[in-house]
Amino acid sequence: MSASLDVVSPGAAEQAEQFHPEPEQELLTMNFGPHHPATHGVLRLLCTLEGEVVRDLKPIIGYVHTGIEKTAEDKNYWQAIPVVERMDYLAYYFNAYAYCGAVERLLALEVPKYAQYLRVIHLELNRIKSHLVWLGTSALDLGAVSMFWYCFREREQVLDLFEMSSGARMHTRYIQVGGVADDIPPGWVDRCRTFTALMRRRADEYGALLNRNEIVLQRLRNVCIVPKERLLELGVTGPLLRAAGMPWDLRKADPYCSYEDFDFKIPVGTIGDNYDRFAVRLAEIYESCSIIDQAVDRLDDVEGGHIADDRKVALPPRHELATSMEALIHHFKLVTEGYRVPPGEAYFPIESPRGELGCFVRSDGSAKPARVHMRDPSFVNLQALADMVHGTYVADLIATLAMLDPVLGGIDR
Amino acid sequence: MEVVRQKLTTPATTDAPTDFRIQQLRARDMLRGDLTDTELEKYVEERVLTTTLDKAVKWAQSNALFPLTFGLACCAIEMMSIVGGRVDVARFGFEAFRASPRQADLLILSGRISIKMAPIVRRIYDQMLEPKWAIAMGACSSSQGVFNNYAIVPADKFMPVDVHVPGCPPRPESLMHGILKLRKMIQADPDMGWRDRYEARGTEEIVETQGTAQDAADNVYRESTK
Repeated sequence: MSASLDVVSPGAAEQAEQFHPEPEQELLTMNFGPHHPATHGVLRLLCTLEGEVVRDLKPIIGYVHTGIEKTAEDKNYWQAIPVVERMDYLAYYFNAYAYCGAVERLLALEVPKYAQYLRVIHLELNRIKSHLVWLGTSALDLGAVSMFWYCFREREQVLDLFEMSSGARMHTRYIQVGGVADDIPPGWVDRCRTFTALMRRRADEYGALLNRNEIVLQRLRNVCIVPKERLLELGVTGPLLRAAGMPWDLRKADPYCSYEDFDFKIPVGTIGDNYDRFAVRLAEIYESCSIIDQAVDRLDDVEGGHIADDRKVALPPRHELATSMEALIHHFKLVTEGYRVPPGEAYFPIESPRGELGCFVRSDGSAKPARVHMRDPSFVNLQALADMVHGTYVADLIATLAMLDPVLGGIDR
Repeated sequence: MEVVRQKLTTPATTDAPTDFRIQQLRARDMLRGDLTDTELEKYVEERVLTTTLDKAVKWAQSNALFPLTFGLACCAIEMMSIVGGRVDVARFGFEAFRASPRQADLLILSGRISIKMAPIVRRIYDQMLEPKWAIAMGACSSSQGVFNNYAIVPADKFMPVDVHVPGCPPRPESLMHGILKLRKMIQADPDMGWRDRYEARGTEEIVETQGTAQDAADNVYRESTK
């Protein structure tokens, strides 16, 4: 190490030798994971260390490979929704929506505006929830233990909303082809408004706790900078790319699901260090709250039901089954056989909390998808980790991994 | 933790607690005829005392489980939330998550276990010291759940599981219920022999040492300087 120091004067050289008494002679290969608590899942990293400095890093993945894409091929189109939901388990609404969006594109199915708004509300709630889990666990890694309790307190509130609208906390299967599974129950809107108001206040508190926390700032500021050109080369998207100053967000760049109706900003960082990655996500919480408020306010004005009227794709309402023979037949056919999708290919990208989440579906004309593939942002973003941590300390590796926010369920699928 | 059972050298005196004394007398009455006077006295004293000690130890073990900080997939998020404010598992004394298997005595299999991960999970289980327990949280680690395919293996195939918690993922409340069930089980100690079936007894990975701790330290030093 001392050989690589820039020596400016004889005095400085002496000082340098004093603080670096023994240069590290050999590289150490260290295994990290797959069950280390700081890897946020079952990620395994092979680090080559020179002393405490990371010289090389190889992520080894596949420890939660679940065969989801293969399983989806074995199911009807509507049966595959719960399976794809379990990929990125912090962004299940996004997984379901990317898949349903691709299928809707193949079917050329028009989704009613009301259903689109309900989707937007739930997607943004999910984005907040995902960022809360990220913030809680990342702050835990940095030593700010109390953040974990604060973030999980608010997470429970989001999950209560999910539970009210769909009956489940996680993996709700709320979004489905043609719209959403059911209309929101009475009282949901008020509760949602209360939550966004509360969430803004809480996000202020998080900022107050962390933005002036000297330890957090020392650990995050000017650490592990990667310029946006390199990130673009690697295909990185989402908050990581925006933190480096590139305002790329599919909600603006290629609006889907009526995102063009809402007025919101894309938070962008300046230099792309760990602090920017943190600050961009925290700012996104406010923007999501704003989108939810706008969508909730306009829910009464938009037309359409919670699901498309096409009975060849969407299940008939429950009450019709008792009176209409036709509805009963449609229900039976849809549940047993499913619907056939015209042959073709569709790729449907959306902006998940971690970046571009795209679903590719190929249909051969049968009731089961011939191929389902997810372009998961965590998988692509993980490539940037080696670039980020090259030449930094092991402690910064932990902070960077936390700020990268990988979800191994999405990476391995 | 190992309980060393020591035999009493002198018979218990009359100043022992009365209910304890009554237990001893009852036990002696039951065994009258099989053993003679002094042998009988001694036998009864040992038995009643050690079973009470066992009970106390089990009570202590069951009320202070240290779960391992080990997340696998979706269920791990719900596992984390039992520590959170709403469910707050600290009320029952199970909040001290340990990052090292050496310090933990409860392995919560929170999520799907792939075939690639299974040997690692088994190894973590073996690295834990006795007494140890395992909870299979969620459908995947119990029965593969919705992923009935080539990649996933249920935990029962390669390690003994004490409690299965159903759900996909289970609510934090159900995990808590599972942990409390486990607590009851530890107190009742119904070992139905599954640990032997899985060859999970005496498989702890322990560095062999002889003599005192100082010797062990010397050994490590000598090994490293070789």
